[in-house]
Amino acid sequence: MTGFLDNVLTGLALGAVYALVALGFVTIFKASGVLNFAHGSLLLLGGYLTAILHDDLGFAGALAVAVLVTAAVAGAMDRLLLQRGEQDPRTAHVQTIVTIGVDIVLVTDLARRIGGDLLSLGDPWGDAVTSLGPLTVADSRLAAIAVSALAIAAAFALFRFTPWGLSLRAAAEDAEAAALMGVRLTRIRTVAWCLAGGLAALAAVFLAAFPAPGLERTTGQIALKAFPAAILGGMASPAGALAGSLLIGLTEALVAGYQTELHVLGEGFGDVAPYAVMVLVLLVRPTGLFAAKGATRV
Amino acid sequence: MSDRIPRRAGALVLTLLLCALPFYLDAFWLRIGLFSMAAAIGAVGLGLLSGTAGQLSLGHAFFLAVGAYGYVWLAGEPGPGLPPALALVLAVLLAGAAGGLFSPVAGRVRGIYLGVATLALVFLGHHVLLTADSVTGGFNGRSVPPLELGGFAFTDGDPELTVLGVPFGAEERLWYLGLLLSALTWFTARGLLRGRPGRALTALRDSETAASVMGVHVARHRSAAFVVSSMYAGLAGVLLALAFRRVVPDYFGLALSVDYLAMIVIGGLGSVAGATAGAVFVTALPLLMTRYADQLPLVAAPGSAEGSIGPTEAARYLYGAAIVVVLLYAPDGLHGLARRTRARLRRGRSAPLPSDPATPSRPAASAVRAKEHTP
Repeated sequence: MTGFLDNVLTGLALGAVYALVALGFVTIFKASGVLNFAHGSLLLLGGYLTAILHDDLGFAGALAVAVLVTAAVAGAMDRLLLQRGEQDPRTAHVQTIVTIGVDIVLVTDLARRIGGDLLSLGDPWGDAVTSLGPLTVADSRLAAIAVSALAIAAAFALFRFTPWGLSLRAAAEDAEAAALMGVRLTRIRTVAWCLAGGLAALAAVFLAAFPAPGLERTTGQIALKAFPAAILGGMASPAGALAGSLLIGLTEALVAGYQTELHVLGEGFGDVAPYAVMVLVLLVRPTGLFAAKGATRV
Repeated sequence: MSDRIPRRAGALVLTLLLCALPFYLDAFWLRIGLFSMAAAIGAVGLGLLSGTAGQLSLGHAFFLAVGAYGYVWLAGEPGPGLPPALALVLAVLLAGAAGGLFSPVAGRVRGIYLGVATLALVFLGHHVLLTADSVTGGFNGRSVPPLELGGFAFTDGDPELTVLGVPFGAEERLWYLGLLLSALTWFTARGLLRGRPGRALTALRDSETAASVMGVHVARHRSAAFVVSSMYAGLAGVLLALAFRRVVPDYFGLALSVDYLAMIVIGGLGSVAGATAGAVFVTALPLLMTRYADQLPLVAAPGSAEGSIGPTEAARYLYGAAIVVVLLYAPDGLHGLARRTRARLRRGRSAPLPSDPATPSRPAASAVRAKEHTP
């Protein structure tokens, strides 16, 4: 039983971090219809900035700078590379591929800088643990859950209560009508990209914190696991992304935790279990769990 | 109509040139050519799916792996040890069957959703390749049994072969096999694209509702496009395996899928010639940069001081930047660029033809765009 609870807690912590990344995906997708493949490299950029700055600025300062810079890079990427040319929903897939190109350049550069090193992010939790009854939990995991919950709540409040959030939802509903009502689509989009970039930088901290060994050149690939999370939730629904992330995190942790019982599936199946879950869900619901029913089904 | 004869002559010259190359080039260049041909076959398949049917697929590496490993297992030990030529055909069919098994998803899931769903194939496939040791050889992979056709082996010996004073090794022999398979791919794909299925898929891409009203069975055509594209990928996988002589799971990762996507985008979506050009560009660039690293400015030789830009990295930068630049300035890729250049040249020579299908009415298009109010 303790083992089960342990796995569940690990899964929740993992899911919370995925949720930060998946929420970014969904925000970008809602605002621009683009699937951001550069998200992993943005995450890596945020982590790298925190890692090289924390000696001089302290952890909090470094993180703040990393979040802001990553947000700015994401926003600039949208403004300079993606929003050129006409705003046509059909160009979204072309822009999606542009993000792949950006990702290749960014990841190559960051990987070259990081090399084979493991960078410490200087987070305050270190390898401390807390005892919760029979459970022993790493502080970094608790912090991941708490900070993610706060950040996600803040993002939801932004969507729900601010003029920007209202405009974003209106634009996602019907871009043309929103534009006619005076919503400035380009600005809405850029802010959405900035928000997603900031969330990715924040997620990097928890992906590199204990019990992970530190920031590696491959840390950004974790973002790929947030794809299934976002798809599970239905891509355009932030709440769905949250549920999908928790589902993916729990699946991964439980499969890894019960690996000995599941060894038929091969070693390390936990890493790929999210994708298996996603395929199963898509078989039943081709547009995700929480998506509105499509009206154009033929 | 009138440009058909020079075009045919051009194709003939190109074919002769490609056939003559093994007599003049050394193994390094022939290997680049082989990899490019294999990539071109795979890219044409992906172009069929993404360019024509409008379905984004990131699972191409998986189908390449099915083809490559299928061939290795079917023709080798452990495995049934079939004649290699039969194994080649069966491996292609196997890749098609794998695509067919995925069709419940591929037929219903659209665009970007399919892109992410196929992502799952790459990761699950990679996992299977690593764990199913008895078939795939696990992490270290397996060596590839050479292809044999009626007693003629595509290896360095057996039988020894010297044509016009040039010894024919594995590369030279595989080069002609690659040419043959590329030609086969080229003609079948063009036939598909220009015929009824291609038109149905294009209609599907442009409007699902309209296409289904016209009598196009949406799910069936989508699945079929997926299966055919997987078969081309399987063929490419077999050729790659033959060229590499060893298959390892780590080669068939997400990066490979992305490479293929980049090929068709750089080449120009929905065109066989474009996919081929993109494949050559993406495949040859890193190999050439590694070879000539010491002669390039700003690029250090591999293994030199830390912090410098090595040839692989330089190739990656260039490649990533190429994707971005091509899409920003020529969203229709190299193919579109070539078409526009040709049209401009022709217009320079003679008076513009109003009904020339090769030059879309650009003034009209820009007039429409100017009218649109940008929000």
